[in-house]
Amino acid sequence: MDNFQIIVGGAAGEGSKKAGQILARLFNSRGFRVFVHEDYHSLIRGGHNFSQITVNRDRQQNAISEKIDFLLALNEETITKHQHKLKDGGILIYDSDSIEAELPEDNGFEVLKVPAANIIEEAEASNLMKNTALIAALAKSVGMDWEKTKQVLSRLLTKETDKNLQVAEIAFSQTEQLKELAAEAGEPLPVLTGNSAIAVGAIRAGLENYIAYPMTPATGVLTYLVNVPGVKTAQPENEISVINMAIGSAFAGRRTMIGSSGGGFALMSESISLLAQSETPMQIVLSQRMGPATGVPTYVGQCDLDFALNVGHGDMQRLVTAPGDGDEAYYLSGWGLNMAWKYQLPVILMTDKELSENTYVLTREQEIYKEEPNEAENTADYLRYDGEDISPLQYPGGQAVVKATGYEHTPGGISEEEPEGIVAMQNKRLRKYDKLKEELEQLETVKSYGQGKVAVIFWGSVKGAILEAAQDLPIKLVQPLVLQPFPENQMKAALEGAEKVVCVELNSTGQLARVLRGHGIEVNDKILKYDARPFTIEGLREQLQALVN
Amino acid sequence: MENIILPTTNTWCPGCGNFGIQNSLKEAIAEVGKEKVVVISGIGCHGKISDYVNTSSIYTLHGRTVPTGTGVKMSNPELLPICMGGDGDMYDEGISHLVHAAKRNSNITVLVHDNRTFALTVNQPTSTSPQGYQGTTSPEGSVEYTINPVDLMLSAGATYVARGFSGQPQQLTRLITEGIAHPGFSFIEILQPCVVWYNTFAAYNEAVYEMENQELELQEARNKAVEWDYQSEGPIATGLFYREHKPTYEESLPGNFPVDVEALLEKSK
Repeated sequence: MDNFQIIVGGAAGEGSKKAGQILARLFNSRGFRVFVHEDYHSLIRGGHNFSQITVNRDRQQNAISEKIDFLLALNEETITKHQHKLKDGGILIYDSDSIEAELPEDNGFEVLKVPAANIIEEAEASNLMKNTALIAALAKSVGMDWEKTKQVLSRLLTKETDKNLQVAEIAFSQTEQLKELAAEAGEPLPVLTGNSAIAVGAIRAGLENYIAYPMTPATGVLTYLVNVPGVKTAQPENEISVINMAIGSAFAGRRTMIGSSGGGFALMSESISLLAQSETPMQIVLSQRMGPATGVPTYVGQCDLDFALNVGHGDMQRLVTAPGDGDEAYYLSGWGLNMAWKYQLPVILMTDKELSENTYVLTREQEIYKEEPNEAENTADYLRYDGEDISPLQYPGGQAVVKATGYEHTPGGISEEEPEGIVAMQNKRLRKYDKLKEELEQLETVKSYGQGKVAVIFWGSVKGAILEAAQDLPIKLVQPLVLQPFPENQMKAALEGAEKVVCVELNSTGQLARVLRGHGIEVNDKILKYDARPFTIEGLREQLQALVN
Repeated sequence: MENIILPTTNTWCPGCGNFGIQNSLKEAIAEVGKEKVVVISGIGCHGKISDYVNTSSIYTLHGRTVPTGTGVKMSNPELLPICMGGDGDMYDEGISHLVHAAKRNSNITVLVHDNRTFALTVNQPTSTSPQGYQGTTSPEGSVEYTINPVDLMLSAGATYVARGFSGQPQQLTRLITEGIAHPGFSFIEILQPCVVWYNTFAAYNEAVYEMENQELELQEARNKAVEWDYQSEGPIATGLFYREHKPTYEESLPGNFPVDVEALLEKSK
């Protein structure tokens, strides 16, 4: 077996998410590429949660299929909901002590009953370790060796490790091998959620302070960073406090990042305008979920593009990026933080429920390092807004009097209401933005994959499914990594020769398509999905195939 | 000391209470040293002080000076953030920040220029305008009750709580200097007449009295705080209501230092 899909499901609180992470790390330990998609509702206990793990020995496959090879059921509902997804020859693994499964005859899949309650009794362990038994059974059924399985389990099950290992060993020894895993493929790589990749990328670029108020699906950045000594974190009373605290933090000289989802981001919007006017460097992580308003809090949408591109009152400039997988999240997060400090403006990194909370392998083929910003000498004659475009930075605490302001201002940062001064300062900011645009022309801001007369444009987390769905189809896939300032030249170059241009988005109106039209690019067709679920490989392939038939 | 005030054209009205506050602030800054000071002002007449003081400053949005000050302190604990605000900034638009900064004992100093009216938008009632206040949006008189900010801050956990009066410069300078030096959340409510819209100068001169230098227990301080309800004529106590020492928010945060990314990623393999 070298390419397979696993679903592990149960009620909230039964540990299906943890099991998914362990399974991913288990196969990562053999050098296989893994991906985990999380599906859960907005509740604490009960309900139905599942993780779907994609394992591919030879390449990264960041998408889920409608058909699966293994189903690990922690409760009966999991079997009811997902058994139809099992392929012929697939394996259902469940706790036969607590689940009375009524399975259809001739279902085509094999059944591996794990007497989890008995095993737990034998080991005098806690009922919460049922998932450990199922994981061990799966490991044995595909021929993993015990030592490697034990190694991974002991690294990840940090509470009551010995009991867990005991449970695992009994389940492992009682299970028969049904499949044969392909040979090891190399060294394990870091396995991280998109939110964690964003955090680590920012650390690479010198992140010092991260401030946020909890909001799904952005919370993971904060929960990752609170466990990273060296980075200060704060969780103040609301998102308005978050961004203003961050402004004070960056003003005092520390690389600072903030994050939220659409609602919290909306609360920040007045202060985003202040970032632009005061030229305060800041990266803002915007993790989208299905809206409007509270919408569907734990499910995906790409509905905040219009908002992000236009956020902040006044005639202001911003940089908006949109990574599509873990590696891009890592790289663009670091790059965006560097850009924020180089150009002293708000950088909005757009992610979504899928990219933020799914788990990816980090190859770091594109590495990122901290770039030092342009700083002035710390002297008494320092003027914060001096110069033609980018004003050198300085921070309070020394000889320099550093005056940041939301008012229109003189080069020294004193309020300005005279026409010439107003125009001069606005022109300074515009020249700064022109410089940024020039730099972007030299970078790869639009990626293309494959060839064909039909060009399909997508952005963000759609990348995983669409790269799989378009395999071997005569389609050219085009992905903008920067959405503002819009890379019009690179986009037009990528679309040269295309007879048909199609946009694929997780929203109901085609927000990227509108942006493209605004840049004179005609979009002939749109594939839109707004049921708050991501594309599956098969579902999207069918729609892509229809474009080229 | 003259280099603490810039030669910028001052546009406060003649006789404005802000002059008295600026003067006391100037003396307090001279006392603590201007290099470490970051003045943070909001929106309204008081906000212009950022244009007038020759220290580092952030002239920020309406109501947001308190979290900005916490961010400055979190980022560089050596700095001394002085968060200005009018009653509109602090008790209307940004009141949640004020309460939470007090609650977490953020090591910042808050000076409220409380003229009890939205002055720069030409006269509307604020949270400390008395009931019946006639402004451009309350021609028949405001129907709302007032809040008592001193009482509120004592309840929220502020560790230095004082009230000053722009007409008592010596006491005000002392309170601001002490407030900056206090390790913790310092709140100084400053009664300030608006000579154009709400000229309370004569009334305050009549009603205000300086409390003796004393260290009150919290409950005693609360009793003292409710002596005047921002509605009646007074008497109005000024001076230090309460002082307490406990760990500050910023000193409780772990420090900043470089992160070993490779070691961090090793854990995720």
